[in-house]
Amino acid sequence: MASLSFIIFCPLLAALLIAAIPRNFKVLFRLIALGATFLPALAAVRLFLGMEPASGRLQYEEFVPWVYSLGISYHVGVDGLNIGLILMGAIVGFAAACISREITDREKEFYLLLLLMTGGILGAFASYDLFFFYFFHELALVPTFIMIGVWGRGDRKNYATFKITLYLSLGALLSLIGLLALYLQAGGQTFNIVELTRRLSANPLSPGAQQAIFPLLMFGFGILVSLWPFHTWAPLGYAAAPTATAMMHAGVIKKFGLYGLLRVAVPLLPAGAESWLPVLALLCLGNLVYCGLVAMRQRDFNLLLGNSSVAHMGFVFLGIASLSLVGVTGAVLVMVAHGFLAALSFALSGYLHQRLGTLEMVQMGGLLKRLPFIGTVLAMALLAGCGLPGFANFPGEALVLFGAVKAGQWWVILAAWSGLVIGGVYMLRAIRQILHGHLPERWAGVPDAPHAWHKLPYALLLAGLVVFGCFPGLLTKRIQPNASRIVQAVNGPMLAGFPGEPEAAGYWLARGRKVTGHE
Amino acid sequence: MNDLVLMGLEGAVLVTGLAVLLLDLWITPDQRRLLGFGAIATLGVIFCASFAYLPDGTQYAFGGMYALDEFALYFKRFFLIAGMFVLLLSVGTSHAEEGGQGEYLSLSLFALAGMMFCASAANLALLFVSLELVTVTFYVLVGFQRRRLASLEAAIKYLIIGALSSAFLVYGIALIYGATGTLDFRQLASLPAAVMESRILWLGALFLFVGLGFKMAAVPFQIWAPDVYQGAPPSTTAFLAVGSKAAGFVLLLRVLHQTLPVLETRWLHLLMGVAGLSIAYGVLCAIPQRSLKRLLGYSSIANAGYLLIGVATLSAAGATAALYYLAGYLYTVLAAFIVIAVVLQHTGRDDFDSLAGLHQRSPLLAAGLTFAMVSLAGIPPLAGFFGKFLVLKAALAAGAEHPGFYWLLGIAVVGVVISLYYYFGVVRAVYWGTPGEQPAGPIRVEWPLQVALYLAMVAILWLGVMPNQITNLAELAVKSLGLR
Repeated sequence: MASLSFIIFCPLLAALLIAAIPRNFKVLFRLIALGATFLPALAAVRLFLGMEPASGRLQYEEFVPWVYSLGISYHVGVDGLNIGLILMGAIVGFAAACISREITDREKEFYLLLLLMTGGILGAFASYDLFFFYFFHELALVPTFIMIGVWGRGDRKNYATFKITLYLSLGALLSLIGLLALYLQAGGQTFNIVELTRRLSANPLSPGAQQAIFPLLMFGFGILVSLWPFHTWAPLGYAAAPTATAMMHAGVIKKFGLYGLLRVAVPLLPAGAESWLPVLALLCLGNLVYCGLVAMRQRDFNLLLGNSSVAHMGFVFLGIASLSLVGVTGAVLVMVAHGFLAALSFALSGYLHQRLGTLEMVQMGGLLKRLPFIGTVLAMALLAGCGLPGFANFPGEALVLFGAVKAGQWWVILAAWSGLVIGGVYMLRAIRQILHGHLPERWAGVPDAPHAWHKLPYALLLAGLVVFGCFPGLLTKRIQPNASRIVQAVNGPMLAGFPGEPEAAGYWLARGRKVTGHE
Repeated sequence: MNDLVLMGLEGAVLVTGLAVLLLDLWITPDQRRLLGFGAIATLGVIFCASFAYLPDGTQYAFGGMYALDEFALYFKRFFLIAGMFVLLLSVGTSHAEEGGQGEYLSLSLFALAGMMFCASAANLALLFVSLELVTVTFYVLVGFQRRRLASLEAAIKYLIIGALSSAFLVYGIALIYGATGTLDFRQLASLPAAVMESRILWLGALFLFVGLGFKMAAVPFQIWAPDVYQGAPPSTTAFLAVGSKAAGFVLLLRVLHQTLPVLETRWLHLLMGVAGLSIAYGVLCAIPQRSLKRLLGYSSIANAGYLLIGVATLSAAGATAALYYLAGYLYTVLAAFIVIAVVLQHTGRDDFDSLAGLHQRSPLLAAGLTFAMVSLAGIPPLAGFFGKFLVLKAALAAGAEHPGFYWLLGIAVVGVVISLYYYFGVVRAVYWGTPGEQPAGPIRVEWPLQVALYLAMVAILWLGVMPNQITNLAELAVKSLGLR
């Protein structure tokens, strides 16, 4: 039950099942979607608690050879880097399915796409094979476009759909070319990340090749994560997306690019990382400061959230660029924290949009009186967004700052710090405008989330923020061994790798080596 | 006798075609469908029989004119599958077409035999004859609905441009013969270096390429494709899109790697240029299209470009990619044309408006068209994704030796992104289009078409999820071509 393949394929097979059911059974679609996201979430929690925390070893491995001649295999597993993301992704997937009550039109297609998204992105996080890593992500990405195009809202829906499709497809293809180049440069025999890591730490690629491939991956992944100045698709896209899609994409799918940088680009191309990460550090200031300032000027709550989510990505980039143990650990922590946070904020803004019909903050006010539960959760989410201690963002952002202090120049730190201040300003202003002040007449009858079942998704996501905020050690303990290996791969003589031979895959990989050697 | 055994598959298809033609004289119109099913079943038997051939290396027949190797067999199986689907499609839609069912079947079978001969051509004379067998039968097939003006117009266009390209082809062959004194591939391959310098030889080779480019619908020989795709009956268009194109590619690959040894280096830039132009032209022209058949015409030009990238890499990986790509393309295009055929029958049109509300009128057709479009757009887990993946990989590997491939790669990537626009435009029209004054009743799909559509969809998914078997077959085929 707690196997990784179950987590990945339960939603995917459920999507197939939905495809086979005639469209009259509307209730069934929702039930299947709820079940097929709840079980993986449960399994992910078990996996998270069951894994051996501090070893940094590859655990819960599964390995099936797929295309022998190209060296592609289905190889999944967890270690400190991806366990948090898998847990977060599975929970957000369940919450997104719960929230989708608002969809009353073409439920069949909606839940089918939502399940594809969930299964796809969890597969991408769990994969240790470059091909499947990309394959699963693409599987999750494409539904985003369709969902925005079909169930999206606002009069700029079509423009947003085209923009997000063009940007993200381009980003994905750039990173595909980068991954392929990496595979070919490494001998063109295996897509397996574990094996590639071993080979490349024994014979690293020439610095020239590394410096040519790294920017492909950096900008490809960067576009996927809304790296400044390629971020303009994000606020627009999230403002137009249906709630569940915005939650899944901003919360989970977007983390793929960051995860790719940490899992593939930096450890496998250390020389490339060394020369290109300073550029990343520069660009991420654009995220932190520029997008923060843009967020300050927003009057639409969704656009504010979209811009702030872009700004938060700056912290992760900064953490990665700092290349210090503390910074990288913090970056992973922010990735998980921001997943919960973004999903929660978009879920709440979706609720407000559904009940109020508008998200213009000027027209709101005093809603805390009418919406005690939603209002409280919203206030907590926004406070978490400014980095209040007690929520998971705080330890993450703090670690990133420490990392940057250790590694960076003073102006980077200054900028990051001012980014934090700017974040505080717009988040607090949003709280004031939405929740406090005078309640306009027209909102006098707005209902709160009626009963526990409706409150569940918000509570779950908030719980994620609070648990990891109060006990960040749960994550850092798991992340740290892997983060330290990434850092050492670039800085030190010790090379990135996975301690010991991975068990399930070991036999096959050894065999693959023999076979290719034989030829 | 041994020669005839080697040529058994083509022989059997030809005999089937003749038998259909003859039997048609004696049977009543009601039994025509049975005739079609009989022909399909025979093709199925021939397909199974193709696995009985286990060529150990390359075997030659008729004085080296005809070659049988894994490469030829791969394509023969490919053509046989295409033929079965096309016959099924023509049987399923025969009610709308006026008479001549027997002739249609036998002409399709002759075209199929021509394509299978193409796969084995090891001599320029056989190359020309087999291509003409394909082209001439297609002249008739394209204009088969002789009371429809569009069909006749398409036939005239195809005839004029086809005749022009045949003229180039035969002129090219004559020049090559004039320069070298031989038509045999093996003798061409072992010519002394001094002969290679002859300008006449290279002019001849260029003309040969023109003739093949017409079959592949690659820029600048693409001009006929959209018009003919639009005008011809759907089953013919489907056959043209997969069979005729693949025939061009099988000949190109063989001529490229098994005739003049320096051809590879001489044609490298030509192939790269044509590939890039085909992608750019096909993708850009497809954007404003409102007719599904025209859209697929332009998309077929762009796809010829992706296939040519694979060929241009001159590597085993590239050729394998092209072979796999073709297999995926086969099922994808067939699925699309099955849907188009039914929609055409019911609405008389094939523009986006006629697709509106299709998902309510027939969920199966909507799903089939969506599968085809998503696969064409290159999205996992369908066959189109893995094909594009292999092509890009091969191009990137070739880029190490020839930086021009990086440019080609850029064009290919931009092409994929742009193509998302129009492929999703189709999906959008199917599920979210606003039906105008359409008759909104459900569309009943005849069972042969249902079977064909289900099979094509399963194949698209299967190829994408389990590509191992096809890539293995393709690798074997490419190895027999002498590529490493």
